[in-house]
Amino acid sequence: MRSSLFLVICLVVGAAIFAAALVLNNDYYFFAGYVVLQYVVLATAWNILGGYCGYVNFGSAAFFALGAYSTVAIHKLYPLPLPLLVVAGGIVSGVVGLGMGYLTLRLRGAFFAIATLALAVVLQTLIVNWDFVGGSRGAYIVRPEAIAPFGSYIKYLFLIMMLLAIGAIVVARLIERSRLGYGFATIRDDEVAAEASGVPTLRLKLIATTISGALMGMAGAPFPYYIGYLQPSSAFGLDYAVNSIAMPLIGGTTSWVGPLVGAILLGTLQQVATVTISSAVNLLIVGLLLVGFVIVAPNGIIGLVQKFIRHRPVAQVGRHKIEADASGHVP
Amino acid sequence: MSSMTTAANPVAPDAAGNVLLSIDNLGKRFGGFVALDGISLSVKSGERLGLIGPNGSGKSTLVNCICGALQNEVGSVTFAGERLNGMTGHQRTRRGLSRTFQLPRPFASLTLADNMRVPLLYTVASRGTVHGAGAIEARCLELLREVGLEDKAHRLPRELTQVEMRKLELARTMASEPKLLIADESMAGLTHSEVEEILALLMRLNAQGVTIILIEHIMSAVMSFSQRLVVLVSGRKMADGEPNAVMRDPEVERAYIGQ
Repeated sequence: MRSSLFLVICLVVGAAIFAAALVLNNDYYFFAGYVVLQYVVLATAWNILGGYCGYVNFGSAAFFALGAYSTVAIHKLYPLPLPLLVVAGGIVSGVVGLGMGYLTLRLRGAFFAIATLALAVVLQTLIVNWDFVGGSRGAYIVRPEAIAPFGSYIKYLFLIMMLLAIGAIVVARLIERSRLGYGFATIRDDEVAAEASGVPTLRLKLIATTISGALMGMAGAPFPYYIGYLQPSSAFGLDYAVNSIAMPLIGGTTSWVGPLVGAILLGTLQQVATVTISSAVNLLIVGLLLVGFVIVAPNGIIGLVQKFIRHRPVAQVGRHKIEADASGHVP
Repeated sequence: MSSMTTAANPVAPDAAGNVLLSIDNLGKRFGGFVALDGISLSVKSGERLGLIGPNGSGKSTLVNCICGALQNEVGSVTFAGERLNGMTGHQRTRRGLSRTFQLPRPFASLTLADNMRVPLLYTVASRGTVHGAGAIEARCLELLREVGLEDKAHRLPRELTQVEMRKLELARTMASEPKLLIADESMAGLTHSEVEEILALLMRLNAQGVTIILIEHIMSAVMSFSQRLVVLVSGRKMADGEPNAVMRDPEVERAYIGQ
């Protein structure tokens, strides 16, 4: 399918979902939907580095928080319209992603994962001690009550996040079917052999960390408006790091469909659990599902589906089994 | 070929400049261990060079230094008139240097055809000789046909046998259209007829103008293939010359084959 046609289909589906939520005429659906869509962006972004290239990033929350805090900083300097804040958040996180790549990409496996976790801790410490954006007290961002022509502001936020999710999916799909996607797959499989086949592995990894970081930052940029009161512990929450890894793993990491399916499934489940049981149960759900999937379906839902329709080889760029190697590296 | 010289008189860069690869005083150490100690070697365009030596003599380290998987600390590598020192592996591959791995390293999650596609996309397409998705697809299948793996084009490497894996490895190096191909133990663990198959493939490539360095322990294969033989022992070049002359060298016999 051509990418332009795919984009049109995505936009139509997005519009249909938005219309359905409008018909239900209950702001709760927009609040809940926003979170699910946010996870679609985060999971898709994580998968560009983690799934396609095999580099597990435990620092998703840092990139997400960077996006959120760039919004706070810019908002304090000069209030800009939200779409511009999203772009700014993407740029800040993209640049940090590139920097993180330069510093850490000579590490592999568990060592890379630990380095990204360290990045999150360092950034959180910086933010906690940066008074301008509220420090440990946090920062209030007053969400406007209404915005024309959407009515309530949450509808606008929902729409922005919907467009971001569509953008992330289109980017991921484009990468997958391009020269870049093949390059990423070779990095995941064998970097030495990739270099020997002419693949500039370091440059490609930097491209992956930049795109992945930028998309996560964009997902975080509208967050202060959503939550109203941003504090370091909520922006750097464990949920973001864990969910953005668990969702692609549960969905399947080798194609754009996996993170989308994982995010919708897990995100919705968490929203339902939040209103029916408690939000505290969310991480338990993720943990149990992750354990279950690693045992039953190590290639995620997509892998499971492919197993059932195995009459032809996988159309996506590659297919791989998520299993830890001797060094504990999970691709 | 005029490259058959004696051990005392290795091939020197000639005035016509048809020396393709020239290694000068190459040195590499790992901590206190000297893996390569002042290796000098040159390979002429179109030549078939055999490189032998006992285990641990530095053959693979030499290949890694030539191809950029390792960087040499001392000396220089010059390929087609260009100094390669400091260049990464992919930069060298794009200049026409290609190698197989002692243990096959296929892209495990990609089909055989896609394994061919990667070097095509990243080396040949960037040179501009192959254009368009259709042409690349056709070339992938053509490469697999050359090594007899066309019927498995859409399978994954894990479904291959040992000899097929070696062929895949060779086909992938061929895909980058190398000027110099280094085959690092491409025949290890194969039966006699499989060795013959691989040898025939390498001869065919050489006939097409590809210079080949063959690293091998199977002496019959090395002797029938090579126009010139280089012996490495403990990181040093012990002999360099016409294969039969080299094998008669008492020092080589002592070091390589045993007393």
